[in-house]
Amino acid sequence: MCGICGCGTTEQKQAHQFVFKNDHHHHDDHETGRLIQIEQDLLSKNNAYAEKNRAYFKQHNIFTLNLVSSPGAGKTTLLVETIKALQDRFPIAVIEGDQQTERDADRIRATGTPALQINTGRACHLDAHGIGHAVMDLKLIDNSLLAIENVGNLVCPSSFDLGEAHKVVVLSVTEGDDKPIKYPDMFHAADLMLINKMDLLPYVDFDMARCIQYAKQVNPVIEIICLSATKGENLSVWTAWLEERMQALLLESH
Amino acid sequence: MHELSLLENVRDILVSHAKSQNFSQVSKVTLEIGKLSCVEVEALRFAFDVVMKSSLAENAELILSELDGIGYCQPCGQNTLMEQLYDACAYCGRPLAVVQGMEMKIKDLVVI
Repeated sequence: MCGICGCGTTEQKQAHQFVFKNDHHHHDDHETGRLIQIEQDLLSKNNAYAEKNRAYFKQHNIFTLNLVSSPGAGKTTLLVETIKALQDRFPIAVIEGDQQTERDADRIRATGTPALQINTGRACHLDAHGIGHAVMDLKLIDNSLLAIENVGNLVCPSSFDLGEAHKVVVLSVTEGDDKPIKYPDMFHAADLMLINKMDLLPYVDFDMARCIQYAKQVNPVIEIICLSATKGENLSVWTAWLEERMQALLLESH
Repeated sequence: MHELSLLENVRDILVSHAKSQNFSQVSKVTLEIGKLSCVEVEALRFAFDVVMKSSLAENAELILSELDGIGYCQPCGQNTLMEQLYDACAYCGRPLAVVQGMEMKIKDLVVI
């Protein structure tokens, strides 16, 4: 049985046990049925795991980011370049989410940074329960940065809190400037938007001002940084954003 | 796509309540879904029977109650109905703070 959540017996089996156990008791209720007020969030289970993760991160001074985007926006390249720029400043670890393959985790490990790949299989998002297990497997160091690269998907990951400090949405200029209003949930949930692949801006029909306006329409307080992960343009603005928050976290703990 | 995961959560919640509230079967489930939540109610309906099969809520009736999206504009002090997360204040055109419509809740159950 797992130490985080007690999982190990399947939920399905438990369901059958309860049906069996209670079957003999409530004969009167069979006729009418009774109403039970529940008022419980559908995501309450995930949210409870997320709060556990958040408490763990706080206790160990781990600054956690949840990186989200559509597939191909450049999250992994951004992470690789971020690691290269910051790995001498503080310890970094990465959790990679994809439906299949270890490819992204391999790219991260090539930088010398520990990475754990979660293959979600049929699922289209990471959840807080899976992150709790991954955190234990990774053996994170105190006072470190944990970057979680979510499954490339602008819809589902917006609903699932992983316990992160910030959701960071990556949008590349090759995708179209109207993504923030086409997939408003994600841009509403994010604290920071990174507009990536700025080096390709001259070659594509992407209206930067319009994109920013759409993003602010969905989320008036969203922060925005435009950069190119491959060419390094403005990468230092993003790494400074990270360092500033890491330092604040370290100061808070002393 | 995540409607399937959400319904698996619903099933887990029903199972946990079955234990604490002593019931063995669920005949009706009412969900309250905000119009601004990223849940597709048709996908929920479609997946409900599949997820509840062989559980305590097999053959249960699903009632979906949709909640309006409402946004508050601080400068105007007024609420506006929102169809989309990017809808602006109907009075001044400024962005709104969502006060209702993101809900995804199990409201109540009928159990036997």
